[in-house]
Amino acid sequence: MTDPAWIENALVGARPRVVGALLRYFRDLDLAEEGFQDACLRALRHWPNKGPPRDPVAWLIMVGRNAGVDGVRRRARNAPPLPDEAVLSDLDDVEAPLAERLDDSHYQDDVLRLLFVCCHPDLPQTQQVALALRIVAGLTVAQIARAFLVSETAMEQRITRAKARVARGTVPFEAPDAAERERRLATVSAMIYLIFNEGYSAGDGAYRTRLCDDAIRLGRLLQRLFPAEPEVMGLTALMLLQHARHPARFDAAGRIVLLEEQDRTRWNRKLIAEGLALVEKALRHRASGPYQIQAAIAALHDRAETAEATDWAQIDLLYGVLEWLSPSPVVTLNRAVAVSKSRGAEAALAMIEPLGEALAGYFHFHGVRGALLWQCGRRAQARTAFDKAIALANTAAEADHIRDHLDRLMAEAAREGRG
Amino acid sequence: MLYAILCYHEEDVVWSWSAEQEAAVMTRLAEVQAPMIASGKMGPSLRLMPTTTATTLRKTKDAPLVIDGPFAETKEQLLGFYVVEVADLEEALAIARDLAAANPGGAYELRPVALYNPDQRPGLAP
Repeated sequence: MTDPAWIENALVGARPRVVGALLRYFRDLDLAEEGFQDACLRALRHWPNKGPPRDPVAWLIMVGRNAGVDGVRRRARNAPPLPDEAVLSDLDDVEAPLAERLDDSHYQDDVLRLLFVCCHPDLPQTQQVALALRIVAGLTVAQIARAFLVSETAMEQRITRAKARVARGTVPFEAPDAAERERRLATVSAMIYLIFNEGYSAGDGAYRTRLCDDAIRLGRLLQRLFPAEPEVMGLTALMLLQHARHPARFDAAGRIVLLEEQDRTRWNRKLIAEGLALVEKALRHRASGPYQIQAAIAALHDRAETAEATDWAQIDLLYGVLEWLSPSPVVTLNRAVAVSKSRGAEAALAMIEPLGEALAGYFHFHGVRGALLWQCGRRAQARTAFDKAIALANTAAEADHIRDHLDRLMAEAAREGRG
Repeated sequence: MLYAILCYHEEDVVWSWSAEQEAAVMTRLAEVQAPMIASGKMGPSLRLMPTTTATTLRKTKDAPLVIDGPFAETKEQLLGFYVVEVADLEEALAIARDLAAANPGGAYELRPVALYNPDQRPGLAP
């Protein structure tokens, strides 16, 4: 119980609810955060000796609120003396009634508001993600900076700027109505998936993986707030089913291993089982949506015992539905990969040719196009496409991956040239 | 007598364990369980997936109602259970204390088992 690692986990787990409640009291992100930090420091001092309180969340809210109020007072007029430490942290009496109040739907709106504040429409997405990781997931500025490959000072500035913009704007604090809730839910879902993709898309490494774990945690949190929303189930399932492949996605040298070439025994079966359970739950609602469809596609990949056993025709169909639900050139590009397996490279190539303009600056477009051209025997064009992809690669791993293709293509050309 | 040891804890906390923390807890739990297995006291045990995967069927009068989520929204969730063969409550409590030391946080609820049906799946029945 007094294990510091356990206390740390309890504090991380309590964070969204506590900061959410403090934000409701103070209507100020900085104060809410400071209150939470203060409460954590007191918890680290008191819990090891006294044991954790019966309701850690209620304890932290109460202590955080007292500390925050005290901070406001201190700032307002020059410092009346601090209340005694024992008074601040002795909450045996207040805990019970507060805990009861927390049981109502209050905290649902608190957490949703907190998430929503981070997705403030005035903020660019990079700031939304940074703010959510700092405020909701509780990552340090240094951790976020490392994940995004920027300097700590730059990340500090990014977060400060985001907070300032949130403070200037107006985020309504009253409980949202059904339509507003729906809108917030969609915005928050998009932000969580963005965090996941930041972690998923680029390279191996502990800091990136941490982003995926945090996004999954936020997904589960959102799902507990909205247990009957199929799209939220779909979002969590999608992240679980993709993240399950992480142990097989990079080789020892950190190079990307394609889905087809991955060692499927290294996939995380627990995450797959959880993801599949959520997909099944979501499908019962018969209210399809983009996250559910993408989760269903990921499920088809995860279910195939070998790459050859993949049900590409079904994946092609699902991408067709996705194109219809939320048309985008990237969706069509993904569909083309499925089409190349089920109907051949020529059909896939015909499908992506019209995307050339929209995706001219997109690494994956040129990578996929190069591979398709190569399969059609158009090696010179394939080479040009691969060169473009390398120029647009977002990470060294991506560039290396395409270079591998190029090397093999050149070797093949040389062999045939000689023969 | 058979006792069920029901494990309750905040799943936010348990499901945010890192792989290393998870491995450490499982190693410590295995150490507690080894002598129980050796002395024939250890029955089946299992861990449940998070409550986000739960579905509840309410046995209403007409058609039962299917609801997403766990039966009860509680601050600490039922995460799994052990079944142990013990002489009395004191022995069950002693086991629970050892388990608690290996895996702190939350609570164990000890309940005597009233009816126990062994696994009936082919090839698995004892």
